[in-house]
Amino acid sequence: MASPSVASDWTPSEVQLERLDWRRRQARRRSTIALTSTVVVLGVAAVVVVSSPGWDRVQETFFDWGEAKAAAPEILDGFWTTVQMFLLAEACILAVGLLVAFVRVVPAAGLAPLKLLAIVYTDVARGTPTLLVVYLIGFGLPALQLQGIPNSLFVLGVIALTFSYGGYVAEVMRAGIESVHPSQWASGRSLGLSYGQTLRLVVMPQALRRMLPPLINDFASLQKDTALVAAIGVFEAFRAAQQESARNFDYTPFVVAAVGYIALTIPVARLTDWLALRAVRREQGATA
Amino acid sequence: MTLLRLDGVRRHFGANQVLRGFDLDVAEHDVVCLIGASGSGKSTLLRCVNLLDTVDDGTIWFDGRDITDPRVDPDDVRREIGMVFQAYNLFPHLSALDNVTLAPRRLLGQARAEAEAAARVLLDRFGLAEKASAHPDSLSGGQQQRVALVRALAMRPRLLLLDEITSALDPELVGEVLDAIRELKAEGMTILMATHELAFAREVADRVVFLDGGRVLEEGPPAAVLDAPTHDRTATFLRRVVSASSGQDPDTR
Repeated sequence: MASPSVASDWTPSEVQLERLDWRRRQARRRSTIALTSTVVVLGVAAVVVVSSPGWDRVQETFFDWGEAKAAAPEILDGFWTTVQMFLLAEACILAVGLLVAFVRVVPAAGLAPLKLLAIVYTDVARGTPTLLVVYLIGFGLPALQLQGIPNSLFVLGVIALTFSYGGYVAEVMRAGIESVHPSQWASGRSLGLSYGQTLRLVVMPQALRRMLPPLINDFASLQKDTALVAAIGVFEAFRAAQQESARNFDYTPFVVAAVGYIALTIPVARLTDWLALRAVRREQGATA
Repeated sequence: MTLLRLDGVRRHFGANQVLRGFDLDVAEHDVVCLIGASGSGKSTLLRCVNLLDTVDDGTIWFDGRDITDPRVDPDDVRREIGMVFQAYNLFPHLSALDNVTLAPRRLLGQARAEAEAAARVLLDRFGLAEKASAHPDSLSGGQQQRVALVRALAMRPRLLLLDEITSALDPELVGEVLDAIRELKAEGMTILMATHELAFAREVADRVVFLDGGRVLEEGPPAAVLDAPTHDRTATFLRRVVSASSGQDPDTR
């Protein structure tokens, strides 16, 4: 009786067709509401800004196309330094963060002094304004006049950013590792994997998925905070914009720089969304 | 009186047709056991009744109301239908007591004291009085499943859906959960359950339904379906389950 051919001949019933139709109409209604409300809100915002008394002045000093074109090459040049700086800093931060997180997580009595150091470090790194760290390391370290201390402002800037962000990232990683259920440790160890192997092969891959969004958050923040390094004289995007702006007392170069910073962070944000979606799909499979 | 009626229910996952026109009536105060091989659609069926899954065709009537109508608020329906899952699905961040009182407090507007008093009575009835403040991770599987049962009961559902609730339990813990269900039946609770516990089905079920190929292949009183199946497929399935549970041929599990 229950032959498969019957099922493949199935055509939706009247009731089902009516339901599908209703759902379609609901979906259409929802998207209409969403679209209309978006247009209205943006429209009102635009009208308020454009009809403001100072709009002509603002347009002249912030959105001058000629100024933007003139400033673009210098700022682009600065961005190259910005990108180099945060790529290098990101790598260093990941290493420092991972190290500090491991020291804090691993239950070995011999590590006690290191653990204390790690705690002091995260407290200091997270408690000190990044700008202050940039000044202290940028001007303070070379002032010691020790052998082997780099005197390149670029390198000092990277060190300062690494110091400051390493604290945040270490805590994100520690929280991620600790969020993995203890049963995963048990099953890893039960197979005969060592503590380190369980951490690396079982716990970290799971923790990584949960750490990714906050990590990307920190890195987006880092991309912007590279601008703080301008304070010790590194010629990067923000510094370039400052310089260009000072020439004609026009703020357009800052807007150009802002657009640049946004353009840098958006691809990373989309990449994270995609990674997260893929991970969910992979783990849960098709709805079963 | 018929409390639940499924009429030509279909559910497809891509090309995989899990339910292909499923009909079933559940009368009030009846216990109906769904049996069938893994993948025969038992869980999907239960999820459709609780509106956790949307049917692709057909109608589900609950208390005379078409709950598959997209205009129906699923939360309204679910409030009257309790569900217990194979893997317990307790909220790990809450104590047993808080797991039980969450819905009555938030959805029925009960005061904390009132909800907790009612929850303690229920927990006590199912032998969990001492575990009220324990968190799920510190409970045994049997205890967790009884908490899950109590959590569903706390909403005073008119229908209880049980999805292989003893399948993840140690054999010696199965008994305590089945005892709880016996009590509920004695009280007149309407229960639709997927199970592999044939002996239990024989004892408590008013009707046993054998699913095969996404349809009802055979249904009737437990004695008829379990002891004198009319279809070969039912007979084969029963033989396999019996031999697996008696340990004769573990490969067929």
